[in-house]
Amino acid sequence: MDMLYNILIAPFLEIAKSPSFFAEVVIGGLMSGVMYSLVALGFVLIFKASGVFNFAQGVMVLFAALNFSGLLDAGLSIWLAFPLTVLIMVLLAWCIERLVLSKLVNQQDIILFMATIGIGYFLQGFGEFLWTGNVRKLDVGIPQDAWFFGDIMIQQSDVFAAVVAGILVIVLALFFQYTRIGRALRAVADDHQAAMTVGIPLRSIWLIVWSVAGFVALVAGIMWGSRVGVQFSLSVIALKALPVLILGGFTSVPGAIIGGLIIGVGEKVAEIYWGPLFGGAIEEWFAYILAMLFLFFRPQGLFGERIIERV
Amino acid sequence: MPRKKALPHAVVPDSVVAVKEDVVAVNRDEGSDPLIRISNIEVIYDHVILVIKGVSLEVHEGHIVALLGANGAGKTTTLKAVSNLLGTERGDVTKGTIELRGEKVEKMTPSDLVNRGVVQVMEGRHCFEHLTVEENLLVGAYTRRDGKAAIQTSMEKVYGYFPRLKERRKSQAGYTSGGEQQMLAIGRALMANPSVILLDEPSMGLAPQLVEDIFEIVKRLNQEQNVTFLLAEQNTVVALKYADYGYILENGRVVMDGDAASLAENEDVKEFYLGMGGGDKNFSNVKSYRRRKRWLA
Repeated sequence: MDMLYNILIAPFLEIAKSPSFFAEVVIGGLMSGVMYSLVALGFVLIFKASGVFNFAQGVMVLFAALNFSGLLDAGLSIWLAFPLTVLIMVLLAWCIERLVLSKLVNQQDIILFMATIGIGYFLQGFGEFLWTGNVRKLDVGIPQDAWFFGDIMIQQSDVFAAVVAGILVIVLALFFQYTRIGRALRAVADDHQAAMTVGIPLRSIWLIVWSVAGFVALVAGIMWGSRVGVQFSLSVIALKALPVLILGGFTSVPGAIIGGLIIGVGEKVAEIYWGPLFGGAIEEWFAYILAMLFLFFRPQGLFGERIIERV
Repeated sequence: MPRKKALPHAVVPDSVVAVKEDVVAVNRDEGSDPLIRISNIEVIYDHVILVIKGVSLEVHEGHIVALLGANGAGKTTTLKAVSNLLGTERGDVTKGTIELRGEKVEKMTPSDLVNRGVVQVMEGRHCFEHLTVEENLLVGAYTRRDGKAAIQTSMEKVYGYFPRLKERRKSQAGYTSGGEQQMLAIGRALMANPSVILLDEPSMGLAPQLVEDIFEIVKRLNQEQNVTFLLAEQNTVVALKYADYGYILENGRVVMDGDAASLAENEDVKEFYLGMGGGDKNFSNVKSYRRRKRWLA
């Protein structure tokens, strides 16, 4: 009984006792959730348009951040370094399409997946080769102060990240839903061959998708980089995007965002209120347990496209 | 009908080939240059499997040409060779040429071909399931550069031919019925303003009445919009009813061709494809038939 009380009742009493602290935890969770969402977004874009699960997305975040901070350290201004890094990511997309994807057209998904693991390792090594393996500080002038609303403290940098992520998502959603290219991207995602029969050139579509994913990776890289420094652990953060994707659905842009927020809040709240019961550090695995539950009961995720099957 | 099944399949080519010589002449009579000319192509899948063994055929402007034959005869492969989709299935045209208005297609990408007015409607429809009917049509106009108004006009035209699509235009294509999907697939192809549609097995999985409806519309498109059709079909009766010209494929070869009307009257076609042979044949006759063939070989 004691056990049940500790799990089911005590944490809620604690929440009721100091709601402002709870609010702070939730907001903190939302903010880190935004960061997860940014990484997950890159996965979704590529998966949607090419059915490829891009395992290298995490490393792309790192690679983008490395290039950006490297260029900054080399004395370039932000306004020069940013477009230059975007250019590098587009170039990278072009190389990946040319050297890897176009050679593997119509192979099984698992083969493409393996190829992206290879791309990931290559990028990791290449990034280190270009910019050395040192941890870099990244300062792009994101405000670092905190705001206080009564008892609640909010980091300005978190708010900034949330706003940037929000804008990015809205732009992407509009792009996918209403533009000619966006429609073509969704068509390619549905059926490669049929897309070819109506004259959509697959190669340029893939180039576009990987470039956009590269751009998203850069934004995520800048956000994470200015928070924890540009270092190789950035690529590991991408692993957290997996439960986010399972929660939100692999094919849904809004799903990536909501999934990220749920994971972010869930793991913070669980850590603070339920963590002590398990000896702490449940933040590390909470997301994966949540993802597993989702796989049991709603494998397409919250917003994933229903698997349409006519009988 | 059951008799057709009882016949040993391998008999068909040889027995039909004998008739070929006199029918070929009909085709050569066409004066103008063909829109599509396939000359003696061979198609190999995965570097080893020879699927098409020297097919030649011509499609003239304004015609409906039917490719007939059983499963695995090479109809779909021939269509995909024309639209250059074989590459995605690890197929390869290893011999012969395919020309579109005298221009070789081998170096063109599928989207080049769409730009030149050749659009394929694949077997099994292949609609974009998660897009709405209307979005499917819009994607069909992907290669067009003549502005929103023109595309809108085309869309109204498609809705004119397929009023059913207009009713369902906001629903996801994956949730529409088989007949609606076939209409959508043809409508989507029309959105590219094609001069030729390569139509693969439009009757697949549809009720007989719907099959007639679809072919009726094919005929109308052919007459009103001057769209040329090259269609692969197993339903020989319907196909010959609407086509101008027909080719019969067996095991990757053209075994017979001719005007649709003359093909429909041909005794061998009647027996093997229309299931209405002589009537007094029975199983013992079939056996002797096979023996005779062995002697000749």
